[in-house]
Formats: sequence, structure tokens, C-alpha cells
Amino acid sequence: MSERSPRDIMSAWWHTTRLIAKRDLLVEWRSRIALNQVFPFAGIVMVMFGFAIDDTRLMERIAPGLIMLATMFSLLILVQRSFAVESEDGALDALRTAGVSSSALFWGKSIAMAAQLAALEALLIVLAILLYGSTIRPSGVVLLIATWLAASWGLATVGTLYGGLAAGARGRETLLPLLLLPVVAPVLIGATRAVEAALGARGSVADGWPWMGLVAVFAAVFCAGGTLAFGPLIDE
Amino acid sequence: MVHIATGRSTQSTTGTHATRILGIVTLVGVAWLILFGLFLSPADKNQGESVRILYLHAPSAWLAYLAFVVTAAASALYLFRKTHSLAWDRLAGASAEIGVLFMGVTLVVGMLWGRLTWGVFWRWDARLTTTAFLFVTYVGYLAVRRLGGTPEQRARRSGVLALLAVLEIPLVHFSVKLWRGLHQDASVLRPDGEVKLDGLMLFTLFSGIITFTLMYAWLVIHRTRTLTAEDMLDDVGLELALAERRRESIPRTNEENGALLS
Repeated sequence: MSERSPRDIMSAWWHTTRLIAKRDLLVEWRSRIALNQVFPFAGIVMVMFGFAIDDTRLMERIAPGLIMLATMFSLLILVQRSFAVESEDGALDALRTAGVSSSALFWGKSIAMAAQLAALEALLIVLAILLYGSTIRPSGVVLLIATWLAASWGLATVGTLYGGLAAGARGRETLLPLLLLPVVAPVLIGATRAVEAALGARGSVADGWPWMGLVAVFAAVFCAGGTLAFGPLIDE
Repeated sequence: MVHIATGRSTQSTTGTHATRILGIVTLVGVAWLILFGLFLSPADKNQGESVRILYLHAPSAWLAYLAFVVTAAASALYLFRKTHSLAWDRLAGASAEIGVLFMGVTLVVGMLWGRLTWGVFWRWDARLTTTAFLFVTYVGYLAVRRLGGTPEQRARRSGVLALLAVLEIPLVHFSVKLWRGLHQDASVLRPDGEVKLDGLMLFTLFSGIITFTLMYAWLVIHRTRTLTAEDMLDDVGLELALAERRRESIPRTNEENGALLS
């Protein structure tokens, strides 16, 4: 067998990663679980927040936090779904037996998850504008987009990592929220403050950038952690 | 016949000579702490008698942190050493259980103290909030240990989780600190609950910390031993069941048949 250069290895890895991501998105597209169940769930959560708070001015003020909370509740369902597909028929074992590297699997699943989360957050921001009277200030658009990307990626990596941990175990439905919610607290704090700044709910746009930075650091840390730890977690 | 290679003489307790001495020393330490904490040490100028909660609160917090550091270290030793000895995993599990217990004690006692000093049970400051997160994280860790599967699966899963907690906790602490920086502390009757410790109070506090460290060592040794026994019981149960099945399938010899017939 000829020696493979690092570049070949990288391009093969990236090819596999893309395949996994595409497969996850294709499964989602064919089953439409996210579209028909998770997105409406997030929408109804936003409406229920409205009932619980019942104060238009307060709602506008706390809309960014509610958007992130609804995203996190939906994240739990999306992660369950993402790994339920893997444990059925031993798909995960089959992939590992076929020699798919665990890091490619982690990245592929994270990318697919991030895409779904990004779509969900976009929907929730639109809902906040419609239901809570939020507005986006023009100067905050770049911050909003940066936070949107960083939060989606951070939540997707950490969700995939902990989803892999609980995959295939009995009682995972109840265990995942307990494991995942404490871990995503920094994203809730950081992304809420950054979105508040972008929407003009509190402070200036410049105040929001350090919070965006916090979310980006979180995403980087768990992306690195997941790349290393996903293998030992799913090999059984 | 199934023989269980324990490598140790069969015994009905997890106690040994050394742990008994350790236990006695710990009990003496507890009595000493009660004597100094409740009777000999003076009351605080600002806080009065309620300062005595410190002698329980600070040592339990110390014990819990110590326990979680041991869990992380033992998990790393399990994962990164070539032998992958389950002994490290059991130490990690035992230590986490004790850590969760004492973190719970710390939180409850701290809230009572907060009510007396600040007028409220809870303040959203970085230390308190991080402590609560630490507690929940390790409750989750213990739940993961009970997920089932082989001991090796359990060890790997929980080992990775313990190391992820090392990533998570500083991030949580840092972000809560940033978050608190945004607000001013409100509705706190006496913003600084700082205690000026005189010599005897400091001595009592250190006695508490030493006593609780001994208590930790004592508890963790016993708990690691019971966890070892539990794992052994699982192995033995499996081996017995296998031997049983094997006996059923092996055709009996003539002598055995004869013995059965007579």
C-alpha cells in the first residue's frame, strides 16, 4: 500500500464528514421530524412564555433569553432524535466497523445538528419579532449573525458529544437534560446578552461583542473536546 | 467448580486494622471539632453565634472539592494508563459519591447561613452558582455510572464525563462571573459576610478541615472497597450462571448417572 500524504488523509476525512452531515440532513429531510415536530414545539414554547409573562414590555425586554431557552429545549429533542436514528439497527456500530473515524462522525453529526439549530433560531427570532415586538437594530445585524453562528455551533457540538454519551443507554431520554443543561449554561448566558445587545433590548451593540466571544470560546472548547472524546464514548 | 480469585482473604467487612484506626482518629476529630466549634471558639462581632456554621460549611466545601479533584485525577489515570485498571474507576466513583453528598451539605448549610447573614437564602454570585452547577454536574455523573453495561463501558463513559466536567466548570464559573459583573448586588442586607477570624477561630477552622480530610479518606476507602465487592459479585454471579449452564449441557458420566439412580 502506498503512503498517503497528510493532505490526502485530510481530504478523505473531510469527504467522510460531509457524507455523514449530508446523510443526517437527508434522514431529517425524509422524515421531517424537525420540521413537523421540533420547530412547532419551539413555536408553542414561545407562545406559552407569552402566556406565562403576560406583559408586552417585559416580553420585549426578555425575548433574547426566551429565544435561547426555547432553542435549548429543542436541542434536547434534536439530540435524542439524532442518536435514536443511530442506535436503531446498530447504525453507529456499523459505521465504526466500516472504518469511519470517530472525529469525522462527530463533525458530520455536529454540522447537521448546527444546520438544524441555525434554522430553528432564525425561526425563533422571527417569532420574537412577531409575538414579542422585538426589533433588530441595523448596527446589531453583524453581531446577531455572529452570535447566531457561534451559538448554533457551540450547542451542536456539545449536544452531539453528550448525545453520544447517552446513546443506546436505557433511560437516556431522562438523563440527557440533566447532563446537557448545566453544560450549556454559558451559552445561555453569553448568547442571551449578545442577542439583547443586537436587538436593542439592553445596552449598546459594543457591549454585546464580549458575550459573543464567550459563546465562541465555548464552541471552540467543546469542539476540541468532542473531537478527542467522541471516540472513547461511542466505542463499545 | 468456580473459584474466585480475590487475592485477598475472605472477610465480611470492608474494615481493616488501618481503617479502624483512621475511623477512630476521625471520630476523635469530630468530637474535638464540636468542642471547639460550639463551645470554646468565640462568637463573631458582626455575625454572633451564627459564625459557628463556618466550621461545618467550609470543611464540607473543602471535602467536596477534594473529592471532585480525586475523581478527575482517578478518571484520567484510568483513561490514560495502559493497564486501564478498574480500581481507578471505582476510586473515581466512590469519591464522586462522597463529593456529591458533601456538596449537598455545603449548599444546605450555606443557604441557612446566608439567610442569617444576608437575609436571603441565595445570592446569584459566581461562587454560589458555580457550586450549584458542580453539584448538578456530579449528580449527572453518578447517573451515568448507573447506566448499565460492562464495568469497562461504565469506566470509559464516566471517565470521559469526569474530564469534560473539568472543561465545563471553569467555563461556567467564568461566564457566571462575567454575568454577575453586569448587575449590582441588590437586596442584600449586609453585603460583606466576611468574617474576621481571630486565632482560636482559625484554629477551629483548620481542625475542621483536617478532620474532614480524614473523614474523606475513611469514607472513600470503605466505599471503594464496597464498589470492588459489588463488581466482584457481578463477576461471580455471571461465572456461576455460566458454570450452571455448562453443567447442564455436559453429558453425565456413568458414575454420576448411577449415583442419581440409586
